[in-house]
Amino acid sequence: MKIGKARVPYLLLLPGFAFLFTFFILPILNLAQTSTQTPVKGGDTGEYEQTFAFSNYINAFVDNKEQFGRSFVYATLATILALAIAYPLAYAIAFKSGKFKNILLVLVVAPFFTSFLLRTVAWKQILGEEGFIVPTLRSLHIISEQTTLTSTAFAVVAGMTYNFLPFMTLPLYASLERIDPRTIEASGDLYANGLTTFRRVTVPLSMPGVVAGTLLTFIPAAGDYVNAAILGSPNTKMIGNVIESRYFKIVDYPTAAALSFTLMAAILILVTLYIRKAGTEELV
Amino acid sequence: MSNDAISARGDLRLTRITKSYGDFNAVDDLTLTIPKGSFFALLGPSGCGKTTTLRMVAGLEEPTVGSIHLGDTDITTTRPYQRPINTVFQNYALFPHLTIFENIAFGLRRRGIKDVKEQVDKVLSLVELPHLAGRKPTQLSGGQQQRIALARAIVNRPALLLLDEPLGALDLKLRRQMQIELKWIQREVGLTFVHVTHDQEEAMTMADTIAVMNEGRIEQMGSPADLYDDPETAFVANFLGQSNLIKGKIEGNDGDNLVIDLFGQKISMPKKRSHAVDNSMYAGIRPEKFRISRTGTPTRGNTLTGGHIEDVSYIGVSTQYVVAMPWGQELMVFEQNDDGVAPFDKGDEVVISWEPTFTFGLRGDEDIEAGTEVNPEEPAEE
Repeated sequence: MKIGKARVPYLLLLPGFAFLFTFFILPILNLAQTSTQTPVKGGDTGEYEQTFAFSNYINAFVDNKEQFGRSFVYATLATILALAIAYPLAYAIAFKSGKFKNILLVLVVAPFFTSFLLRTVAWKQILGEEGFIVPTLRSLHIISEQTTLTSTAFAVVAGMTYNFLPFMTLPLYASLERIDPRTIEASGDLYANGLTTFRRVTVPLSMPGVVAGTLLTFIPAAGDYVNAAILGSPNTKMIGNVIESRYFKIVDYPTAAALSFTLMAAILILVTLYIRKAGTEELV
Repeated sequence: MSNDAISARGDLRLTRITKSYGDFNAVDDLTLTIPKGSFFALLGPSGCGKTTTLRMVAGLEEPTVGSIHLGDTDITTTRPYQRPINTVFQNYALFPHLTIFENIAFGLRRRGIKDVKEQVDKVLSLVELPHLAGRKPTQLSGGQQQRIALARAIVNRPALLLLDEPLGALDLKLRRQMQIELKWIQREVGLTFVHVTHDQEEAMTMADTIAVMNEGRIEQMGSPADLYDDPETAFVANFLGQSNLIKGKIEGNDGDNLVIDLFGQKISMPKKRSHAVDNSMYAGIRPEKFRISRTGTPTRGNTLTGGHIEDVSYIGVSTQYVVAMPWGQELMVFEQNDDGVAPFDKGDEVVISWEPTFTFGLRGDEDIEAGTEVNPEEPAEE
C-alpha cells in the first residue's frame, strides 16, 4: 500500500494524539464531570451523582483560600531562589567551564539518578537536629537554641528550590550557551563595560532560558505536595496536599476535582500573563 | 589613562608585537604603522596572524610582548570599551534582541551622546537603508546586515575602524559591489580603516596600502601596484596573483641591468628589481607579461626558446597557455585575444619573450611553492 506524502505528518502525529487523548483529554473530561457531582443521599462513602453543582467550586475555593495562597507564595519563592542560584551556575558552565563543561552538566542532572522522594527525605535529615546546618547556625547565633528548621515554611521552600533546580539550570544553560560570543565582544567594542554588557546583551539574550526555566520550576512547584508533606507541618499545607487528602483520605472526589480545576486555571492565567509580560514571542 | 584613550587620535603604531599561545607565536615581532585616514589591508592566508593582530588592536586580546600606540597614547592594555576603535565583525555580530535602530544607537547611548536619533538616521541614509530602522537583524539579508554592522561602527566616528573579513559571508557579486561601496564610504567619512582579509582581489580593490602577512610576520608592505609589480618574496609573488619563478644565476652587470643565466639562456633585468642576496636567484615574470610566438619569428626583449605548448585554455578575454620548457619547467602564459591571430595549438613549438623591466628577482634560497597552496576562496579563518 502506498501512503500519500501529504498524509505522512498526520500518521506521525497519530501515536502522540492517541496517547494524549486517552491519558489526558479523557481523564480531564472525567474530572470536569466529577467536579460538579454531589453525594448520593443515603448512599455509601464515595458514591456521587451528577447534579451540576457549580457551587462545589466556590466552596472548594473559599474553604482552601489559605492553601491556594501558600502554594503560589511558596512556588514563587522557590522559583526566585532557583533562578538566583541557577543563573550564575548556568553562566559559569556556559562560558567559564572549558573542558569541565560536560562533567558539570552531568552533575546538574545527577540528582535524577536517585528518587525524588528519597532526596526529599534526605533534606529532612539535612535540616534536622542531627544535621550539620542547625548546630552550625545555632553556634553562629543566627538562629536561637529553640528554633528548628524542619516542619517550617523555610524547609518546604528549600526542598522545592533544590528539587526543581535542574529544571531551571538546563534551559538557562541552553540559552546562554547559544549566545554568539561575538555579540558580547561587540558590546565591549561599542563602549559597554562588563556590567552593562551583562545587563544589555547577556540577560536579554538569555530571556528564553529564563522564561522556560521559571515556567518549568513554577508550574510543578505550585502543584507540588511532596515537599510540604515531608518537610512541612499542618501550617505549611499547600493546595496539592489538600487535593491529595480529599482524594485518598476523605474520598471527596468532587471537591478534589474542583480544586484541581481551579489550580489548573490559576496557573494557566498566571503563566499567560507572565509570557505576555516577558514577551517571548519577540525573542529569537 | 582611560579618559585619554577614548579621545586619542593619530597614526596606529604597533611596536614589536608578539602574541604567543604556548610555544606557538600567532604574531611574531610585528612592527607596523598605519597612517591616519588610510585604508589599510592586512592580507594573508588562514592562520597567518592577521585576525589576532586585529583583535589586539581592538583590545580583545593582549599582546604577549610589545606595545600599541594610537597617536601618542599607549593603548596596549586599555580595555576594549575605553578605546576609540570600533569593529565590523566577521558575521556582523548584530544584537539579535535589538532593532536595527537600537543596534546602531548602542555605542552612542553607552557614551551618553545627546542627538542619538539624528545621528542614527544620518548613518542609515549613508548606508541607504533608512527604511529598516524598525526591523530586527534576523529579518535582514546578509548584505543588509553587513551594512548595518558597518553603520553601527562608523556612527561612533572612531579613530580607527577595524573590518574583520567583513565581506566573507556574501556571495561574489554582492562582495564586489560592497567593496566599491566600502571604499566610497571610507572616503566619505574620512576614517582610518584597517581591513583584514584573505582575498587578495578584495585587498587590492579597496586598500591604499596592503601588508601581506605570513606566519605571524609581515612579508611585504606597499601599494597594491607595488606589491604586484615588484614582489620581494616568493610568498607575495604567489599569493597576489600568479607568478612564473625560474631558477637563475647572476652572471654580471650591464650598466643598471643584471645579466642572468636561466638554464643556459641569457636575459637581463633592472638591478633595482632584484632582491637576491648572492648570485643564486629566481627570475619572476607574471603570466600576462609574457608574449608567445612561433619558433623562428623575430622577438624583442628577453627571450626563452625551445618551448612547446602543453595545454590551452580559452577563457574569452584571454587564452591561458601552459608552455613546457626544455629544462622541464611548465610556464603559465596569459595572452589577450585582441590581435585576431588564431590561438596556438597543443604541441606547437614556441618562443616566449618579455620586456626586461617586468622581471623581478627573488632570493635563490626561496621556497617557490610558498603561497601557492593557499586557496583564496576558502572560508574565513576563525
